[in-house]
Parts: sequence; C-alpha cells; structure tokens
Amino acid sequence: MTDKQKLWLPYRKLDTMLTVLRNWGYQTVGPQTRDGAIVYDDLDSADELPWGVYDVQNPGEYRLEQSEDQQAFSWNNGPQAIKPLLFKPKEPLWRVERDDNGALTFKEVTEEVNKTAVIGVRACDLAGMAVQDRTFIDDQYVDEKYQKRRQNLFLVAVNCVYSGNNCFCVSTGDGPQCTHSYDLVLTELTDGFVAEAGSESGQTLVDELDIANADHASVEHAQSRVDYAARTQTKKLPDGSVRDIIFNNLDHPQWENVAERCLSCGNCVMVCPTCFCHHETEVPSLDGSSSEHQRQWDSCFTAGHSYFGGHVLRDDTKSRYKQWLTHKLASWWDQFGTSGCIGCGRCITWCPVGIDLTEEVAALAQSPNQEHE
Amino acid sequence: MVKRPANLPQQAEIVHRDEEAPKVFSLHLRFTESSVHNAYHFYPGQFNMVYLFGVGEVPISIVSDPRHYSLYQHTVRIVGRITQGLSKLKQGDKLGIRGPYGHGWPMETAKGKDVVIITGGIGCAPTVSAIRYMMNRRHDYGRIMIVQGVKHSDDLLFRPYYEHWAQQPDTEVRLTADKPGPHWPWDHRLATEIIHELGIIRPQNTVAMMCGPEGMMLACVKPLVERGLVEDNIYLSMERNMECALGHCGHCQFGGQFICKDGPVFAYPTLKPLLGRKGF
Repeated sequence: MTDKQKLWLPYRKLDTMLTVLRNWGYQTVGPQTRDGAIVYDDLDSADELPWGVYDVQNPGEYRLEQSEDQQAFSWNNGPQAIKPLLFKPKEPLWRVERDDNGALTFKEVTEEVNKTAVIGVRACDLAGMAVQDRTFIDDQYVDEKYQKRRQNLFLVAVNCVYSGNNCFCVSTGDGPQCTHSYDLVLTELTDGFVAEAGSESGQTLVDELDIANADHASVEHAQSRVDYAARTQTKKLPDGSVRDIIFNNLDHPQWENVAERCLSCGNCVMVCPTCFCHHETEVPSLDGSSSEHQRQWDSCFTAGHSYFGGHVLRDDTKSRYKQWLTHKLASWWDQFGTSGCIGCGRCITWCPVGIDLTEEVAALAQSPNQEHE
Repeated sequence: MVKRPANLPQQAEIVHRDEEAPKVFSLHLRFTESSVHNAYHFYPGQFNMVYLFGVGEVPISIVSDPRHYSLYQHTVRIVGRITQGLSKLKQGDKLGIRGPYGHGWPMETAKGKDVVIITGGIGCAPTVSAIRYMMNRRHDYGRIMIVQGVKHSDDLLFRPYYEHWAQQPDTEVRLTADKPGPHWPWDHRLATEIIHELGIIRPQNTVAMMCGPEGMMLACVKPLVERGLVEDNIYLSMERNMECALGHCGHCQFGGQFICKDGPVFAYPTLKPLLGRKGF
C-alpha cells in the first residue's frame, strides 16, 4: 500500500473521471441529497454531489445541514449505499410456464448486468460488502446474480474525515480508512483529493486522468484528517469476544428491557449493509399460464419470518430482537468467520426509538445484579 | 467446498398418490426428463424443495431408499396453503422439484453399530428412508430398534412398513399412541419411557436418529444418555422455515446453523446450547 503512488485529483477533474467511466461503459452512481438524506443514485455530473452538506446523526435522528466549507464529502453516510445495487430489494429468481396439459417449463431469469461505478463509498460500505460477499459468493452455494453484479462494480471510495456520533467502525476494525475492495480511494482536502489506485482498473483510470503526484504536505494533511475521524469516535463495542458476551447472557434482563422499547419495525435491518434475509414469493399471472418466483428483502422482525409448520416460533418482540442481535454479533462468527457488524451506526440512526446496539451489548456485559441509574 | 449455482426446479409428475392418514398423503414421483431422473441422487435424511405451480415451495424429506427406487416418495402432512394445494394433486399432475439438499443421516458412521430410531408424528417420514436403507443392507448394521409415537392411533403412518420391519431379524419395533383408539394393539406410553425398555446391549456402539417435535427429541436425549449412549452418537433432524434451501434467505437459522445446509440432521452436541430455548 505504501508503494502505491499518491496523486492529486483536483475538483475540476471530477467530471472528467465520470466521463471516462461512462466511456468505459459504466453507469455512474453517486451520493446526492434527496428527501433530507444522502441517497445514492445516477450521478451525471460532479455538481450533483452534496457540496457543503454535513449530516447530524444521533440515536433515532438524522438530518442534513449546510456548511460554509464547500467540500463534497463532509457527511458520513445515508441509509443505503452498495447493498441495493448487488442484492436487489426485489427481483425475480425464476419463471415457470404451464401449458394446457399442465406441463411445466422452468426458466432462469437472466438479466443484463449493467457495469456500475459507485463514487463515494465509505470504509463501512466496503466492509459491509465484504461481509455480504461471504454470504452470497464465498459460501456453499453461489448466488450468481450477486456475483455477476459484484464483478461488474467499480468503486471509488472516499475516506471519512469526520465521524458521526453513531459511528464505531474504529471499534469493529473496519474504518474510517479504506483498506480493501476499492478501485480508487480519495481523501478530500481543499480543492481536491489525494488519490490512490487500489486495483489495475483504478490505475488505468488515474493514468487516463493524467494527474500529477500529490505533494508531501497534502499526503500528510490527508492522513491527519482521517486520523482525526478515527480519534473522534465515541461509541464502541466492548473489547474481547462480543460473541461470548452475547451467548453467555441469553437470559439477561436486558433483553426484556430492549423489548419494551423496540417497535419490531425492521428499520435496522433495512439499513444494515450486511443483513441478507429475504422472502421468496410467488406471483402467478392472472390467466394461470405462468408464474414468477421472486425474492424480496425480509426482516427477522416480521411475524412471517419464523413461521413454519403452522406456528410462529418468534411470537414476541423480545425473541425477535434477540434473534437479530445474536445473529449480528454472535452467530455470524459461527457462520462466516466474522462479525456481522461493521460499525456504520446506521441501525442506531434509523431506529425510531434510538436503540443503540453498543449500549445494549454493554448492558449485557454487565452482571444483572449491578445497579444502573 | 463444492460451489453450485442457485438451482432451478425440474418438472416431476405424480405417478401415484396414497392417502396415509387423515391429512397425510404420499406422492410417488418421477422427473419427466429421464436424464434428470437418472442423474438425481440423494442420501437418507435429505430433502427436496417441492414446488406447486402458482403457489410456492415447501421443503419435504425424501422417504425412498436412495439405491432402490424407481419412483421417489414424498410423504406430506397438510399444515398450510402449499401443502393443502399439494394434497389436491392427482396422478399425472406436474410439480417442480429442486434438490436434494442438506446433510442426511449418518449411515456410514452407523455401519456395524446398533441403531435406535425415535420418531413422533410426521417426523417418522425422514427416517423411513434410513430404515429402508438399512433393511436393504441388513448385514451392514447391528440391532435396529424403532420407536414411533403418535398422538392419536388414527395418525399412525406406514403401518404395513412397521409390521414388516418388526418381522426382520434383530429388529425391535415399538409403536405408541397418546390416545389409543379401541383397536390399538400397541403401547400408549411416552417414547421417553419406552427407551428404558429397548434392547440396547452395546450403548457405546449405538447410534440414535431422532425426528419429531423438538420437545420430544429433547426429552428423549436424557433417557438415551442414561442408557449409556454417547451424545456425539445422537442425531436429530431439525425443522425450520426454509425458503431458499441454499443458506441465503436466512429463515432457517438455528443460532449459527442453517438448517437447510448445515442440517437438517445434526449431532446433538451442535444443537445442545440452544435446543429448547425460546425464540431460536
């Protein structure tokens, strides 16, 4: 990594970068402000980036503000980033046709996979993607749709130079510095970015952009900005094995406590970069001649999630929250050899009642006999 | 690790259909394409995702002996929409099958050992394949002891099979019903009590295979261990909501295990920490 040349990408070259990517056949996607949040959508020009925008995130709170500094990446994250591009919220898996004799013909649903370049992903997004890769690609069965989209992805990552109140990627070891899975990584300073290629395609891109090396002062300044983001995080998961804390405390009174606050709404699942539960449904045609088998995002907080053989296994909020948290921070280790949590803090931000899983884990780690205020 | 792409169902047709008990029926199937049929291999304890056109898929274990079948058999209990729809299918009707999935019974591990099979209700179906397998290779296995419990005597499935197996050498069959009808010739106690009477003569070399309501399986572990069985040799077939059968949709999780691909058959020690806990 230290051998890679650090370059200087001025703001005025951002549109050139988008043009080059589009010439290569990529659809360019990037962050914009919409509906009061940072949303990733088609990015046609650098103008559309969230210049001067910063986000204020607290448990159960998200709002955008405008600042005087005209930087494009003063915010941390929005509700979604890479996940909906690789693992679509809803899509057909296969189709079946039935003829007049009742004979069935099953057909895979193939799709044109667009090459997609995503500008402005964060370290937590890369970490979440790497975790989700373990579910859909590196496991016993490969999800071909996810795999194809993943192979056709070009990622321009941007290191965070501020941390939000809910960020704890330092604690999970996943940020704020981007260290893997990107084609190009940028760190913003005044008027531009210190840039570094992370892959052959990334190197080809910087070659095409014909940009100069970054000077030493800029490289140092960029690093100090990322270090500042790392130093200023306040939330953390406990040291030691979080998996053991969870599995050793399955009867802790804290589960009752959180169940009284949790609405079982599933927002946390919707915004989590690693959650992968999905429901398979059947959509038959009205004339009965065909049917489509689809999948769509699901959540372990729904009644249907644990329904089988005529009954619901998790019929209360307490067991649902317990399922979600034990999976995220404990069972994930057994399944995929890593934590399911990458410290992005989205679940804390987007929870309507502001449940903070770092606090929940801290409470579970406490002996139940100790008095709290 | 074998990587396979996500599977597509293949068409199979119902060659014949039997009513086994109130709300329980068997479908005897053949893949329409003979090349698919000939290439299809399964192991006792594995399951297929059975697709009913326009309605959806359900996981159903395969009841046939993997080496002695021309048709393969699924025995289904009506519990919801899809199984209700499957119950209305007739000879000649078509459905979709994808599979087989999962880890089956430890037939290799059990070779040369005595085997105890304990099942309750429709749980007997996943073990029928294993029993048939052993009966067709009788000398590869030692004593076979079968306990099948039902709620009501009318619920007994496969009576002819059990009566046939009871005649086999070195084989003990114990049927029991909580609510026996007037002509019920067998037992009415719980499986847990019957375990104490089984002819287990070399417990360290006895493998137990169980399938049925979770509470029943958990309750049976204690008497089996009291009879001297080793926990590692006690196997349970688990059931959860399975939708994809590939370990991707997340519904079938039991703690860190995906029932569809890490199971459905598990050695008891794997399940022990969470078995019986509410919500898992």
